[in-house]
Amino acid sequence: MSDTQSPEPKGAIARFLAAPPDSVGKTIFIAVAVCLVASMIVSAAAVSLRPVQEANKLKDKQINVLQVAGVYEPGIDVAEAFAAFEPHVLDLATGEFVDDQFDPATFDDIAAASDPELSEPLENDPAGIGRKAKYRVIYLLRDENGALDKVILPIHGYGLWSTLYGFIALEENGNDIFGLQFYQHGETPGLGAEVDNPRWKALWNGKKLRDDAGDLQITVAKTMPAAGPDFYIDALAGATLTTVGVDNLVKFWMGDAGYAPFLAKLQAGEI
Amino acid sequence: MSQTKKDLLVDPLVDNNPITLQVLGICSALAVTSSLQVAFVMALAVTSVTAFSSFFISCLRNQIPSSIRIIVQMVIIASLVILVDQILKAYAFEISKTLSVFVGLIITNCIVMGRAEAFAMKNPPVASFIDGLGNGMGYGLILMLVGVIRELFGSGSLFGVTILETVNNGGWYVPNGLLLLPPSAFFIIGLIIWAFRTWKPNQVEEREYKIQQVEAH
Repeated sequence: MSDTQSPEPKGAIARFLAAPPDSVGKTIFIAVAVCLVASMIVSAAAVSLRPVQEANKLKDKQINVLQVAGVYEPGIDVAEAFAAFEPHVLDLATGEFVDDQFDPATFDDIAAASDPELSEPLENDPAGIGRKAKYRVIYLLRDENGALDKVILPIHGYGLWSTLYGFIALEENGNDIFGLQFYQHGETPGLGAEVDNPRWKALWNGKKLRDDAGDLQITVAKTMPAAGPDFYIDALAGATLTTVGVDNLVKFWMGDAGYAPFLAKLQAGEI
Repeated sequence: MSQTKKDLLVDPLVDNNPITLQVLGICSALAVTSSLQVAFVMALAVTSVTAFSSFFISCLRNQIPSSIRIIVQMVIIASLVILVDQILKAYAFEISKTLSVFVGLIITNCIVMGRAEAFAMKNPPVASFIDGLGNGMGYGLILMLVGVIRELFGSGSLFGVTILETVNNGGWYVPNGLLLLPPSAFFIIGLIIWAFRTWKPNQVEEREYKIQQVEAH
């Protein structure tokens, strides 16, 4: 081993003995002073950089909406492209828009999930989110003629280490999946974090949520369920718990506690 | 310590490289080298943390009580790492999303602690700063070397610019998927260490044991 690696405290100690003694007072003083200065620098940086970071996060979320809808290309003007999406605040229980009560541009449905007024605790909670906001911000994308083209719904749920936040994009019939994308998670790089892998995400395109009888059949698992390949997404290799988490959260949000009332209205042509 | 400032800067690049000679900081070298851009930002982050932490620790070296010196060093290093993390989140958001957990782990990167404890505690601030800079660059050099090999042969590109058109994109090059997985960095770093020690035999460590010849009974 090299001479630089192992701690060689002799020099430092010898010098220190020559300096004023290693008294209790001085030790405490140095500890307090270093911590104070360090914490001031860190908090100053965190506070002063927060606006830029928030702007980055917002832009990132917008990019993710564009990506899940398949309209994102590198270099496009994100804010301009995002303007084509119609945000609405959705009342999950009724499946109706409540844009007159909340401003869709500023309503924060993630923060609403911890507000007792705007959320409810979950007894049956497969997605592991604890509380569910009563309202969520969804996005509608229309084609040139104003006809509904895609619906982008926010989804989230617990994986292995972290809550995964993402979007699912459905075709105008409210049953065919166009794509799925997570914009924030802390899953294991290389294993669970493969939820970001374009090849895996491509598996979602063209799958269906419900069968002809109206039962929710979409499944992410290692083996194909009886419902067949139209409802089946292969699991992530080596990431069983993340896969289970994604399976649960998609079923939860597409189910009755989630967007089912809205999707029923969509299919009935009432949106 | 009669080293000149130039020695302090250049020595850690090859002769006393933190990765190949001291074999420190391997963990992050495995994790961030599958793309050059990420490796480059990581190298910059580690270099600035090592340089500035060595500088500040050296400024305080005569005042730090030896009983709590490691903690004081950690506080300084951790603050700088948080600073770097915050700056990346503000100005290099995309890269920070890929790097985030590893930037936090710079705190535990042995190179930073190693330089603080072995050099900055005994040397004046400017020399410590240069020493930190040199060691960070030595780390960065290996990161870039590994990154070039992994990204070029793993994804057929360098800094995201396509060099070898891959089959998936309609080209001819069949990428080596192993190179995108962490173990490949182990192999590559091993080969680089082998090459360095063949080139400079004085880097070879002495054997700690010798197989004895025992007479048969």
